This record gives sequence, structure tokens and C-alpha cells, in this order.
Amino acid sequence: MQIDRRQFIGAAAGGGAAAALAAWMPAWAQPVSPGFKAQLPTVSGDDITLRIARQTMRVEGKVARAIGINGTIPGPLIRLREGQRARLTVVNELDEDSSIHWHGLILPFQMDGVPGVSFPGIKPCSTFVYEFPVVQAGTYWYHSHSGLQEQLGHYGPIVIDPKDVDPIGYDREHVIVLSDHSRLSPEAIFRKLKVNPGHFNMQRQTLGGLLAGKDQSLKERVEWGAMRMDPTDIADVNGSTYTFLVNGHGPSDNWTALFAPGERVRLRIVNASAMSIFNVRVPGLRMTIVQADGLNVVPLPVDEFQIGVAETYDVIVTPVEDRAYSFVAEVNDRSGMARATLAPRAGMIAAVPPLRKRPLATMKDMGMGAMGGDAPCPAEHAAMRHCMPAADAGADHAAMGHGAGGMNHSMRDFDVAPQVKRDPSVQTISPMPVDRMGEPGQGLEDAQRKVMTYRDLVALDRNPDFRAPGRSLDIHLTGNMERFMWSFDGVKMSDHHEPIPFIEGERVRVNLINDSMMVHPIHLHGHFFELVTGKGDRAPRKHTVIVQPGGIATFDFTADALGDWAFHCHLLYHMHAGMMRVVSVRPKEDAA
Amino acid sequence: MMPASLLLAGLCAFALVPPAAAQSDHAVHGSAPSAPAADEPVAMDHGDGGQMDMEPSTTCAPEHAAMGHCTPEATDAAEAPADPACPPEHAAMGHCAPAASTPTAASGAVGTDLPPGDSPAPPVPDDWYADRLYPEGEMEHSRHVMMQESGGLTTAFLSFSLAEYQARKGRDGYRWEAEGWYGGDINRITLKSKGEGAFGEAIESTETQLLYSRAVGPYFNLQAGVRQDAGHGPDRTYATVGFEGLAPYWFEVEGALFLSNKGDLSGRIEGYYDQRITQKLILQPMAEFNFAAQDAPEIGIGSGLSDMELGLRLRYEVVREFAPYVGFEWARKFGDTARFARAAGEDASGVSFVMGVRAWF
Repeated sequence: MQIDRRQFIGAAAGGGAAAALAAWMPAWAQPVSPGFKAQLPTVSGDDITLRIARQTMRVEGKVARAIGINGTIPGPLIRLREGQRARLTVVNELDEDSSIHWHGLILPFQMDGVPGVSFPGIKPCSTFVYEFPVVQAGTYWYHSHSGLQEQLGHYGPIVIDPKDVDPIGYDREHVIVLSDHSRLSPEAIFRKLKVNPGHFNMQRQTLGGLLAGKDQSLKERVEWGAMRMDPTDIADVNGSTYTFLVNGHGPSDNWTALFAPGERVRLRIVNASAMSIFNVRVPGLRMTIVQADGLNVVPLPVDEFQIGVAETYDVIVTPVEDRAYSFVAEVNDRSGMARATLAPRAGMIAAVPPLRKRPLATMKDMGMGAMGGDAPCPAEHAAMRHCMPAADAGADHAAMGHGAGGMNHSMRDFDVAPQVKRDPSVQTISPMPVDRMGEPGQGLEDAQRKVMTYRDLVALDRNPDFRAPGRSLDIHLTGNMERFMWSFDGVKMSDHHEPIPFIEGERVRVNLINDSMMVHPIHLHGHFFELVTGKGDRAPRKHTVIVQPGGIATFDFTADALGDWAFHCHLLYHMHAGMMRVVSVRPKEDAA
Repeated sequence: MMPASLLLAGLCAFALVPPAAAQSDHAVHGSAPSAPAADEPVAMDHGDGGQMDMEPSTTCAPEHAAMGHCTPEATDAAEAPADPACPPEHAAMGHCAPAASTPTAASGAVGTDLPPGDSPAPPVPDDWYADRLYPEGEMEHSRHVMMQESGGLTTAFLSFSLAEYQARKGRDGYRWEAEGWYGGDINRITLKSKGEGAFGEAIESTETQLLYSRAVGPYFNLQAGVRQDAGHGPDRTYATVGFEGLAPYWFEVEGALFLSNKGDLSGRIEGYYDQRITQKLILQPMAEFNFAAQDAPEIGIGSGLSDMELGLRLRYEVVREFAPYVGFEWARKFGDTARFARAAGEDASGVSFVMGVRAWF
């Protein structure tokens, strides 16, 4: 299946024209954007060579320093076929160590590409050969796992064609790699976050806003101030410094994907951002989600969905009209968007919707989810004191002396989470977190349209392992927004956090409990896990899961991949601040 | 839930496949249920370990069965092993010991709908797996770098919270307050400097503190070190212990006790609040109070509340790092401190109009 079967335009030159125009004219003001269709270069076959090198990239006419692969950003599309043996020779032409991690691929741990965990990394001016059997199909991606290189452009998509007929029917496909780009160096971004909390937030509540009747009431502002919580703190790094990219092109570059009216068009969407969680929609078209994190799901028609950093979704759109559509990926704090055009011909544009109002965090985002009384409280969570069933809530509150406001909860009660270290990196502990996998994400709750939630996803194929988990494990996602410290269970990776042990073959239920007011996309290397969303043996299988602020996400997984694996928040600067651990899967005889 | 979703699955399988391909595709499904890609067991190369096959190798997925493409060998319930936590094939591999069947299994729940067991967690391994395959020295080095890069980096910071011109009765003056620090999240070395003077005269007073700072909670740092004063009057050296941090309602507060080399004890508490008017325009009220335990006439300090200072500054953040401001400052000395000042021919209180820059690097 070739990417875009109809090679009927030679409009690559238009790209240069668009970039040149953008340099001296506000992007949105251009009366006619020529648009262009630039395909990612593709590498495939049994022997692939990738070169990592410094280069420049041009975004909306401005040149910036970057790290690319084989001369492009994103790197080339790696197209593999299920069942083949992949041989990827990676040449590091940087003056520092580098690496490539194959995100979502099931492979031997020593080929996973995480320096310090799975291999020693790739030294400057040296080569590493990755070799592994390709045992799966779907949309994945790759990126550096060294330092902050990923932010500079060191990422690219992977598409693996199934060895048999693809159950997803489509006439044409496009790969859409979403990412974020800043003219600040990643080191500078991280430092600013460290020394000036909320540095990039240009949407804070103001006195002007209060007088204009916007945002929270004075009473709420005082209550939130008492807790030292800023409800506008949705994204740490955002549109105040980022330009959001589609396949390396800024919004005004108008990257265009072509279709013929009536075609079933498959969009393979990868969120390769360092820090940006997007809400994706194509105004005027329904999207049918057919794949999540590379694995097929029962087709789910939606109007919008949230894609966390490192997640992938494949959707089918069927535009029947002979007109252009805007593809909009609005960042979750609504400070900017990545934008592309779906069009029957190059050079077309469609109306681009304005940025919507930024959401405000709620009490639920602070882990007081059960307070509202509308949140689901499964028995097993109640038993673990994660929440209170609605029926008991009233009585318990009365017993605890909590008023109707429910504001008396300690925001940092270590009795709620005894395993969490009493550490400055723990700003808050969610007093009553609830399962939020049935929610679409911050700012999408009131949407009048169908927005995907994890609870909507059903695996197309039966789960390979449908045993009950032999045990369960709580992992607390902890952080301090004032110090920009991030950790698991109150311990940063740099504090030599010990590995999380698993026995090969055991099945374990993992509860990810978000004790912070920020969303965290959590990624487990080397495994797929099944989300516990009431789908039995048709649970959606993923490699990355968004844990909503103050909420819980639960998965079952089979520790079937021997070795040490990285486990971390995929927000690059959260990982860089310490939000990472090693997961260790050992043979049973080792544990004896 | 399950019956509905399975029905949906069955319907959607048709919708997914292009009409032309539908027949042949499903013929493949029907004749060889184990063939579809995603049903294939994940073959893992375990290196020195053996091959492990976690999954049942053939499945007749319900939606295919529903379409008559295949016949399930058994129903899910019957297919499920007696102990879902320990299927026979795993028991055979020694992965677990089968237990008595649970009531949940009998109820028809399957997969992720089943409750977890209470098996103990395995011990934490005391070695790193990659060391078995790669040179241990190289792994050790890369592991150290990885851990450092995941929360262990140090930061240097320098800020001028005040750097201003003061217009007032008599000679106009200047004033600065700066702070720099270097370190990690918990432990830092902090340098504080403040001073003031009038134009055309020698610097009136400077105060320099070198402190060890330690994060003692999510919002506060404990600080201890030395302070050296210079300027008018005899120089003094102090030992100091104090705190700084963010109080509820977003007040930035700072306090310290000082013990001088002459045995004099004094204290200070100060704070400010940033009121955002717009995203870039910020009104900052601030207050500072100084106390002393005894009279120290040679440096003009009286016991009790010795002086206070109230300020109101309006700044515009051109960028976050650079904000010019204008404002007022009202300072007043009390009690013996005021008396000492008047005796020295100075005013005990005064108002200044200030303009300056708040900046950090």
C-alpha cells in the first residue's frame, strides 16, 4: 500500500513559495495560500540507514537550529512489513551521544534504544545497528531518548503494513506527525520552567478578567489562592513559545493532504510533540477511529479526540464534497494549533476555526473527583480508598465534618498514599481521585459533539492474554508545579529510584494515580497494556495512556518481555525533571 | 456491555473492509482463524531465555463466528481455565500455581473485568539486565547520565527584584535587591545582596548574605549562613537563619533572624503579592518589617519594631525576564530607632517615588 497512490501534482515548489510569503506577511492574512503537498521521504526494506545530524529547519519562513534524520524533520517515514526482520543502521553524526527508541514496537529490550536502560547509547560519530523481528502492524514512531534532542526534531513516523490483508479498508492514506517547535533551546525552556513557575502561561486569570466577569468568581479565586493552585495551569509549555507543526510545517505553511471526493482516506496521526497534548478535529467531517497506538479498534465515529504526547490514532475520513477541509489540532490549553488542509487539489484552503476558550482546571483536576457525586467509583477503587461510592459519600462527609463546599480536604495527606515519599517534589496528593478514563479531557467535557474517551475504545481482536491479574500495583504520579519537580511516588529517577519488579509472564493490574493537577501521558516500553474500562477481553491495548489531572487510569498488562524497560511520563520536560522509572521483567528463577 | 460491543464489532468489520476486498478477506479469516495478523501471538526473542507463548494460538473471534465464518471451539466461559490467574499452560511453565476457581470466573467476567489477585510483588532485582549484554563500564556511565538527566541537573539563577532610582526629599538615591542561587531542587547555595545610597555620596549601606538553602517542603526553603553589612557606621557580621517561600494566597514571604558579632539579635519579615491586572501589567504591593531585641545605638537600631517599609510598584513585563516599573515607597522608623535617626539629623519617615527594572537571567 503506497502512501498516496495518486502522484498527480508537482506542487512541491509551492512549499517554497508559501514559506517565502510567510516571511514577510502574517500567515493568516495571506489572501491565497498556494498550499503544497510535500511527502515525507520514505525508507523501507530489509536494510535501512538513518543518519542523525544537526541541520536547520524552516518553519513559517524562519530558520531554526534543529536535529534531523537523513536531512529532514520529521525524519523519514520508516515503512516496514509485519513478519520481516528489520535492520536499522543508525549513524550518529552529532558531537554528543544520541539514540533512537522505536516507540510502541515489541522487540528485545537491548534493541529498545534507551541509553542507560537498554543499551549504552550511540557515541558521537559512531554507528549502532538495531536488528529485530517485526511482529506487529500499525502506526508507530521513533525518537531520540537522549537528553532533550527530541524537541529539536529528532523524531519520525513508522508504518508497519500487516502481513495479511488489512482489515481497515481505505483508498488513500496520509501520515500526520504533530509536533511542537520553539526558537528557544530545549535547555532554555527547561531552565525557565525551573526558575519561574508558569513562565509560559500567558492566559492567567487577571484583575481585568475578574472585572469583566470572566473565569472564576472572586470567591473561587480566593479559595484556589488559599491552596496555591492556578486553574489556568493546563500546559507547562505552550503557544507562547511553540509553533505547532504538521509534518514539520507551521500553521501558515498549510501542509495539504490531497484526496479525491468519495475516497476513504486514512489519516495516521502521531503526536511526536515534546510537551503538547492536542484536541484533533476536522470541521465538517466525522472521523472514524480505527486504530489506537497501532492496534485495531472497533471503528468509532467521533467529531473530536484528544491525543496525548506519544499516542497514535488512525482515523478514516470520507470527504464527499469537492472542497477543502481544515485539519485542526488545537493544543489542550488553547494557546495555539497545528493546522493542515485536506483538499481535492493543491493550493486550496478552508476556513480555520478560531482558538476556543481555554479551559480552567476544576476541583476534580485536584483529585477531589468523588466530591461531585457524578463520578464513577468502582468497588475496587472504593476498597482501596481511592473514592467513595455515591451512596456513602454524603454520610462519610458528614462524619468527617466536611461542609457542602468540601474545601476542607487536606491537599497533602500522606495517609491517603502511604507509599509516597514525604518530599518537596510532592505538592499535593489527590484526596479522592476517581477513574477518569471515561472523560474526554480538559475543556472537552461540555462539547456538544461526540468526543472520544478511552471508555469508548474496544479492541477489534480479542486480547491475547485474558487472565485475571495476579496482583495489583499503585503508582502515584507526583509533582510540584512551583518547583517544576516531577516524580513517581515522590521519588525522582535521579534519586536512584529502584526498578519496579515483575516476574516474566505474570499479569498485573497497574493503577496510575495522578496526584498532580497536570495531565500525564504515561508510556511503558516494550509492552502493550490493556486499559481496564469494562471491555473484558476486548480491552483497548495501548503503549501510552493519558492520566487526567487528579484522576486514575488503570491497565492490566502481561510482563512478557524480559529485560529492563523505561517507564515514564512522555512530557519531555517532566521526564527530564525526574518522572521516570525502570521496569524490570525477570525470569521466575531469578526471583526465587 | 459485552453483547452490545461485540455486535458492534461484527457490524463494523463489514464497514471497514472495502467491498471489493471483503469476500476474499473474510474467506481467509474463515478458513484459517489463526491467520489474521493481530491475532498472531507476539513472538519475542528473549535472548538467553526461551520462547514464550502467552496466548491461545487459535481464536475464532466472536464477530467472525457471528458472521458464520468460523465455529468457536468452545464458549468463552468453558474455554476459560479453572483458575483465570493461572491457566494450565502457564502452570506447566512454572509461572504460577493454580488456585481454586473464583466465583467471578463462574459469573462470566473475563479479562480486564476480573478482579486482581493478591500475589506478593517479586523482590527488586539487584542488577541491571543490560549489563549482561553490554560492557558494564559503558552501561554504568550511560546509566549515570540517564539518571542525572532525569531530575538531577543543577541550575544557576540571578535576579534583580529591585534596581531602582528613588526620587525623594533631599538627595535622590538608588536601591537594589538581588538574589542568585546555584544548585539542584533541594540543596542550593544562595547569595543575596541589597543596598542603597544617595547620588553624590558614598554608598549608605550594603548587606550581603551567603546562605545554604534547603527545600524543606513543597513551598519553602530553609536558609542559613552569614551576613556582612557595610556602609555608614561600624561594619557588622551576622550569623543568620531564615526561610523563604510561597505562602497561601500566593504571598511570597521571607523571614530571618540575625545574630551579630556583638551579640545583638534582630529579625526581619517581608513579603509581596503580584496582582495581575493584565497578562503583562502587574501591581505589586510589598511590606518589610525589622525587629531588634535590644538597642544598638552605634548602628542606629532600637529595640522592638525598629522600622517598616511599604511599597507599591506597577511593572510591565515586556518579557517575563524584563519588567520596568514605577511606584511609591513609604519608610518609617519607630521608637528608639526613630530617635537615633532624628538625633543624627535624619528623617524618621519618608516617601519616595521609584522607577526601576525587575529582571532575571
